[in-house]
Amino acid sequence: MMRLPPFRWHAPKDLAEVVRILAGEGPAARVVAGGTDLFPNMKRRHQKASTLVGLAGVEGFSGVTSTPEGDVVIGAGTTLRALERDAAAARLAPALVEAVATISTPVLRNMGTIGGNVCLDTRCNYYNQTWEWRRAIDFCMKCDGTTCWVAPSSPRCWAVNSSDGVPALIALGARARLVGPDDEREVPVGDLFRDDGIEYLAKRPDEVLASLIVPAQGDAVSTYRKVRRRGAFDFPVAGVAVRLRRDGDRVAEVAIVVNGVGSSPIRCTAAEELLVGEVPDADRIAAAAAAAWKPARPLDNTDHEHSWRKRMVRVETKRALEALTA
Amino acid sequence: MSAADASKGDAPRTPEAEGLAEQLREGYRLIGRSPVKVDGPAKVTGATRFADDLSLPRMLHAKLLRSHVAHARLVRIDTSAAEALPGVVAVLTGEALPTSFGILPVSQDEHALCRDKVRFVGDPVAAVAAVDEETAFEALSHIRVEYEPLDPVFEPAEAIKNEIEPIHDYGDDGNVHKRVSMEFGNVAAALDESDLLLDHEFFYEGNTHLPMEQHATLAWQEPDGRITIWSSTQTPHYLHRATSKVLGLSPSRVRIIACPNGGGFGGKSDPFNHEIVVAELARRTNRPVKICLTREEVFYCHRGRHPVHMRATMGFRKDGRITGLHFRTLLDGGAYGSYGVASTYYTGALQTVTYEIPAYRFDGVRTFTNKPPCGPKRGHGTPQPRFALEIQMDRAAEALGIDPADLRLMQLQPAHGITANWLRIGSMGLGPCIEKVVEGSGWREKRGKLPRGRGIGLACSSYICGAGLPIYWNAMPHSGVTLKLDRGGGVAVFCGETDIGQGSDTVLATCVAEILGVDLTDIRVTAADTDLTPVDLGSYSSRVTLMVGNAAIQAAERAREIVARTAGKTLGVPGNRLRFAEGRVFDVQDPDRGITFSEAVSQAEAEHGTIATAGSYTPPPTPGRYRGAGVGPSPAYSYSAAVVEVDVDEETGVVTVDKVWIAHDIGQSINEMLVIGQVEGSVYMGLGEALMEEMTYRPNRFGVHKIPSLLDYKSPTTKEMPEVVTYLVTDPDPNGPFGAKEVGQGPLLPMMPAIANAVYDAVGVRVDMTPITPERVLKALEREDRRCAPKPLPDLRIEDTVRIKTLAEGGDGTSPRTGRPTKESTAP
Repeated sequence: MMRLPPFRWHAPKDLAEVVRILAGEGPAARVVAGGTDLFPNMKRRHQKASTLVGLAGVEGFSGVTSTPEGDVVIGAGTTLRALERDAAAARLAPALVEAVATISTPVLRNMGTIGGNVCLDTRCNYYNQTWEWRRAIDFCMKCDGTTCWVAPSSPRCWAVNSSDGVPALIALGARARLVGPDDEREVPVGDLFRDDGIEYLAKRPDEVLASLIVPAQGDAVSTYRKVRRRGAFDFPVAGVAVRLRRDGDRVAEVAIVVNGVGSSPIRCTAAEELLVGEVPDADRIAAAAAAAWKPARPLDNTDHEHSWRKRMVRVETKRALEALTA
Repeated sequence: MSAADASKGDAPRTPEAEGLAEQLREGYRLIGRSPVKVDGPAKVTGATRFADDLSLPRMLHAKLLRSHVAHARLVRIDTSAAEALPGVVAVLTGEALPTSFGILPVSQDEHALCRDKVRFVGDPVAAVAAVDEETAFEALSHIRVEYEPLDPVFEPAEAIKNEIEPIHDYGDDGNVHKRVSMEFGNVAAALDESDLLLDHEFFYEGNTHLPMEQHATLAWQEPDGRITIWSSTQTPHYLHRATSKVLGLSPSRVRIIACPNGGGFGGKSDPFNHEIVVAELARRTNRPVKICLTREEVFYCHRGRHPVHMRATMGFRKDGRITGLHFRTLLDGGAYGSYGVASTYYTGALQTVTYEIPAYRFDGVRTFTNKPPCGPKRGHGTPQPRFALEIQMDRAAEALGIDPADLRLMQLQPAHGITANWLRIGSMGLGPCIEKVVEGSGWREKRGKLPRGRGIGLACSSYICGAGLPIYWNAMPHSGVTLKLDRGGGVAVFCGETDIGQGSDTVLATCVAEILGVDLTDIRVTAADTDLTPVDLGSYSSRVTLMVGNAAIQAAERAREIVARTAGKTLGVPGNRLRFAEGRVFDVQDPDRGITFSEAVSQAEAEHGTIATAGSYTPPPTPGRYRGAGVGPSPAYSYSAAVVEVDVDEETGVVTVDKVWIAHDIGQSINEMLVIGQVEGSVYMGLGEALMEEMTYRPNRFGVHKIPSLLDYKSPTTKEMPEVVTYLVTDPDPNGPFGAKEVGQGPLLPMMPAIANAVYDAVGVRVDMTPITPERVLKALEREDRRCAPKPLPDLRIEDTVRIKTLAEGGDGTSPRTGRPTKESTAP
């Protein structure tokens, strides 16, 4: 079987200690919550850490609470399963709970956490492979090599942001609370990401994602649609989260966020602009779906043909808008 | 096939045997029912010990260093740094094991570790045995291998051009491993006379077995120097031969124990390099050595479905009758021979057994490519041509205005007949199979009448119940069973068969228990141990139920006869009135007059001595005696028909199978629940082959397997599994044990074409390729010809066609000695 490489293990009880250890150890240390992403990656030797800081025992790190105003606060260590089953979250943040329910399998959702899903390593089928396999292709830019094989002339890595939770959180206007050694800050979830397959997270390495705050949605509706080969197990090869609020017949606010077709989630502002202030009829929805399709730049590094994935962004955006305006 | 192959197992019919016949006429106690599998409790409680569960004191762990280049000469291997690593006990390279091996005598082209060349990414070049797996893994990175790269070839259409250094130094020419051409009847004339001529190309993608259990092997050298190997293998007998050969040991010094397999599907039917490597490491280190392959390595072992490019030229008369068929196949064999010669023949062998085809020609070519070797996967070589043939039937039905079910029903191959290619058919239940699924699915009301986007499709198939010939030429039985009766009433059964999850231990025990009238719990099965059990050739070609079953019946009848002789005397009842049932032996006319089975055994043992019997089975001779007639003959053929209903999303191209109705001609179930389990498992596997599974490689990166993991190689999950309605057609076959035929492979075959035909019914497009992906459906929807088809088949360069007269032409099953083609036989 595939074995984990050796590492040192810390299991602190509070976040301050987590941050202290990270600051002391530097980039050789990583945090781990459910481990459903990191451990397989370490077995394949494409994520490396000499020290792991386990978050499972950190107090106050998991759990879902909601305020009387309707804000939902989700501890980063909340398991996907717990979030999926949380009645308040389902009511107040439907797109997020829909998205979470599509992540991997029930068994892995029992272990995996929402924080882990947000920080999920970008994926690429030239990268998520064993060391021996990657040696056969002479490695790649993201790990141990120099070339991005999906776009060999490109100066950057094109690994794909494959989180289902992220587009939903962005569409819902969620904020992330980051705790560092000296400070603590809240940023919009969308600001956590960079369009680069390697440096995909904009947070500092010594910062820990502590919680996510989904603001009250008022009378906005939301949904998430995921494209994948099978009804379980698979990462998205395209995903669309839409949040929409209407004022009478017209769209008052809309957020369309596409994922699985680039190194970062993509906010489809052109599509949103076509809808705001308009009656979302079939033509308008088709135009918005076409606009959402444009910024999607899938390459041949996931399951399915990339041209099909791009096409599905259009289809699923249309279907999401239809579902929310029906 | 010589007369020596004829069944030698037929015992003379004694009064006791007549009594048995009488008993059977009265109905079975176990046969056809669904008692719990004999290995069921161990499986569900986790007590079953698979190969990787075994552990011995002082055991070492082995790992293989695999080639990271596709095609290269091995210049040198430096293992010194690995040997120096603390915890490493032995390092092995190809130098140590110079003898080649392979499953077929004609393809002895593998070495336990590569010696002169590597032929695909994943080919093993060195092995390490260390105190633990981590150390062995680490040691691999200390081995330095110098390669001299050679041009690789990844596609058969390229390989057939012979523009690179051949991957092997044997075969028909260059990278053509095998070229076959034979013609039965005058196909060109038959096609000329057709009212409808269909000529289309198809591509069937390669896919792999995906057993849940990864291959594992443990080897141990006994103090006297014998080697014992426990392995997840479907063919302990062939592994026995290969290991003895490569290690240079007498077979009497090698013992193979096949552990229960966590699924096989054909993927554990070859002798494997890792099995021989750990045996050699155990010998060198004098310590037990175990290897358990990673999932990625299982993809490199492969031996799965050959990708096959096909062309089916088929003629029909206006009334729907088939006039002739010219079938061409081009197989992508991967880097080694494996079962490939047989696979090549199988892509042409069974087209004739479902519908009457009066004139038939088959041209097949297998090429070597620098990819993991292909071999036998469930249906071995026949799902690919069946896919093409059943789609052609659907096309013909539409073109001729005949219901596809009727088109098939009007020209079923007759039972007990002989096909154009000289296969002798036994019982033939395809007609009732079609009728069952047509009725159950509402076919006649639904076909062409469902709303757009919904469709229904039908397809049929047939499969062998055991290959008529063994893999290496010999005149001995294909299966043997020995029995020992215990005074306490227990029955020990010994047989070389291997349970790979299909339930063969249960089938064996059930056949014996039925005849001796005891409970399944009274039977102790000892299987798949080359020291203890008589040879059974292995769990492949759907042979086990038929061959082991017949051998078991013979052994049990012989034991029954001994016991009955004494019991008849004790009870004063003539032998033909004795009945064995419910653990008793009694007078069928006066059931109170009887004794317990254990008493009867004790009395018989007192009279005759230890009661031990043997039974064996050899398939009957085949009528075909032409070159190439060895592939296709079987003691019996099973038949299947399936109807599937699908939903096709025209915006996404996604095909969803909503429901499956499938009928299987089983002859007679031994254990009905196991039969239904095999049918449902076949449906599931067929779904994957039809819709998503692909062995794909990256030619841009040295031919690495693109997706060697359970996550990325897409196989259906429970979420994709539709409702399945199974019908069993019972029509006992004279050659089957209690009339039983196979079920392990046949029901897979109709699934893929039935889905393709249903997609056509739903949205009017032909996807003549597998898998039927959303991309391909959309492509076909957008094309003017509404079709997704492969690139044209390259010239197969057929120069010699063996022409064999059919029975209708007055042939005798032989071919002329000179296989020169006649002028008309080379067209079209």
